[in-house]
Amino acid sequence: MTTFRIKRYNPEKQPEPYFEEFKVDATEGITVLDCLNDIKWTQDGTLSYRMSCRSAICGSCAVKANGHAILACQRQAEHIADKDDTVTIEPLGNMKPIKDLVVDFKPFWDKIDKVKPYLHNDTPAPEKERTQSPEEFRLIDDASTCIMCGACYSDCNVLEVDDNFLGPAALAKAQRFVGDSRDKSTLERVKELSEPGGIWDCTHCGECVERCPKPAQPFYRIKEVMASALEEGVHNNNGARHALSFTKSVKHSGRLNENQIPVESVGFFNIKGLLELIPIGIRMLLKGKTPPILHRSIKEADDVKRIYRELGE
Amino acid sequence: MKFALFTGCVSKGATRELMVSTMKAADGLGIDFVEMKSASCCGAGVVSEKSPILNDALNARNFAIAEEQGLDLITICSTCQGNLKKSECKIDSDEEYKNKINGVLKEGGHQYQGGKINIKHFAHILSTPEGLELLKSKVKKPLKGLKVAAFYGCYILRPSGLSDFDKPDDPHGMEDIFEAVGATPVYYESRIKCCGFPIVMMNKTASLDMAGNALLDAIQSGADVVVTGCPLCHLSLDAYQPEIRKLKEKGYDIPILHLPQLISLALGHTPKELDMHKHIIGGERIMDKVTA
Ligand code: SF4
Ligand code: SF4
Ligand code: FES
Repeated sequence: MTTFRIKRYNPEKQPEPYFEEFKVDATEGITVLDCLNDIKWTQDGTLSYRMSCRSAICGSCAVKANGHAILACQRQAEHIADKDDTVTIEPLGNMKPIKDLVVDFKPFWDKIDKVKPYLHNDTPAPEKERTQSPEEFRLIDDASTCIMCGACYSDCNVLEVDDNFLGPAALAKAQRFVGDSRDKSTLERVKELSEPGGIWDCTHCGECVERCPKPAQPFYRIKEVMASALEEGVHNNNGARHALSFTKSVKHSGRLNENQIPVESVGFFNIKGLLELIPIGIRMLLKGKTPPILHRSIKEADDVKRIYRELGE
Repeated sequence: MKFALFTGCVSKGATRELMVSTMKAADGLGIDFVEMKSASCCGAGVVSEKSPILNDALNARNFAIAEEQGLDLITICSTCQGNLKKSECKIDSDEEYKNKINGVLKEGGHQYQGGKINIKHFAHILSTPEGLELLKSKVKKPLKGLKVAAFYGCYILRPSGLSDFDKPDDPHGMEDIFEAVGATPVYYESRIKCCGFPIVMMNKTASLDMAGNALLDAIQSGADVVVTGCPLCHLSLDAYQPEIRKLKEKGYDIPILHLPQLISLALGHTPKELDMHKHIIGGERIMDKVTA
């Protein structure tokens, strides 16, 4: 018998959530969702959660199992259970619980809306349809597999501290259109996506890649949008300046020049930003931690420069 | 044991104490690290924002250098580790891409062959059964009573397909090392979270809140010290610590050590010898917590 420790919450009855344990005979091959159904249908009909397709397509059934977001219908209970044969089930993170495992997806959908998830193209429509070559489609294939389950959103490390961040799913959706050969608003899109709360606020934690049940893998899509933004010349923000300054620094010496990057990232004319760098600068100086003023190159730094040149960078 | 040491940029810049302690730890353990002096930056996940192929070409060159040395490549930075692995995986899985990159490298005299060397973080080689045995056999000053919280650094764990830890959601390699040197590991939820460093220039409040949450979790779980395998995490958790609102509010602070510093302490070095006084949150008094 596998123990399911389920986080229960019903604000109409009790303001605080609590854990309740259920035992399920989790036979080989049975999914976490099958177990939840078993509990609901034979033990406690009041248990609330979302589900529909049972085949990892609709994206309804995402919950946290042992601390990490999964699709309940996609994972087998025996693969999830810890060594005490226990599975702890909680609602997705970074969203407000409504009842038991059901959370409020409104902020999630609002952010998807914000990236304008539809094709922009004012040119007269061709007779049949706007076609793409297979190569063109490949650029947006991964992003288009997103099933809006919210698993990435749940575990995103930035969303844990900043609600303003658009988050992985919306940014992956944005790449679906930034990278679309038929879309005519690439520049406007990447400009908006470079604002605070957009692509440059992603902290590279990789959680979204880890949790995404599909090839959408938001972090990689975010990096593609970053590359598009830089290519489109949207450089007037700390994230873009940081990427450019970093890349330039490696070109010059083969390695990063840590003294130069903070200043170039906040921008030479950003007085407030520059002032904010002073306390850390002083702290490091007093401790003798400041990177050497005379930045030393690696051996063969010229070869690195040559590689840059050869690749047109 | 002989390895090619990929130092990364930060151990040559803002966390030079990492380099000092790495060499001391290697020396004490009888490990021979041959520094890869002509290796370039790993790209830190930033160069690839500008140009993925440039990033992969730089790393293919780095791998080729280790191949020429005939040695497995060891990193001392989770970020280097993750980025090198990412490039390796991408290049190895696409022959055409590899040929294209080798075409770019050719004039410089390097060619990446692939499948010749392993890329491992120092923590990986020490947390294998052999590594742990070696540690145990060399410990001179067991760190008894010291409660140590690991902070892994994202890139060494995720994406899990590239990680060398068996359970990236619930790793124990660092904690095994702590036990091998006589310390007591503190398991806490935030040990696998992000330190916030990558966005400190873009969204400082969020960045410092991430660091703050993690450190608060470690402190409230009873840690005397946090140990990391990533110098960027070190900067975020140590150099920025005086600005972390979540800790200031509670009046807390906690020393942050590089993994090789902890090991070197157990090998008999003093905090001074390991440049721990150069940390923003000084770790000089850390040995007071060790019970004789
Ligand atoms: S990689 Fe970026 S978007 Fe993905 S979970 Fe981490 S911070 Fe969020
Ligand atoms: S990107 Fe992946 S994890 Fe995020 S909502 Fe889409 S399918 Fe779910
Ligand atoms: S029930 Fe549809 S994805 Fe799980």
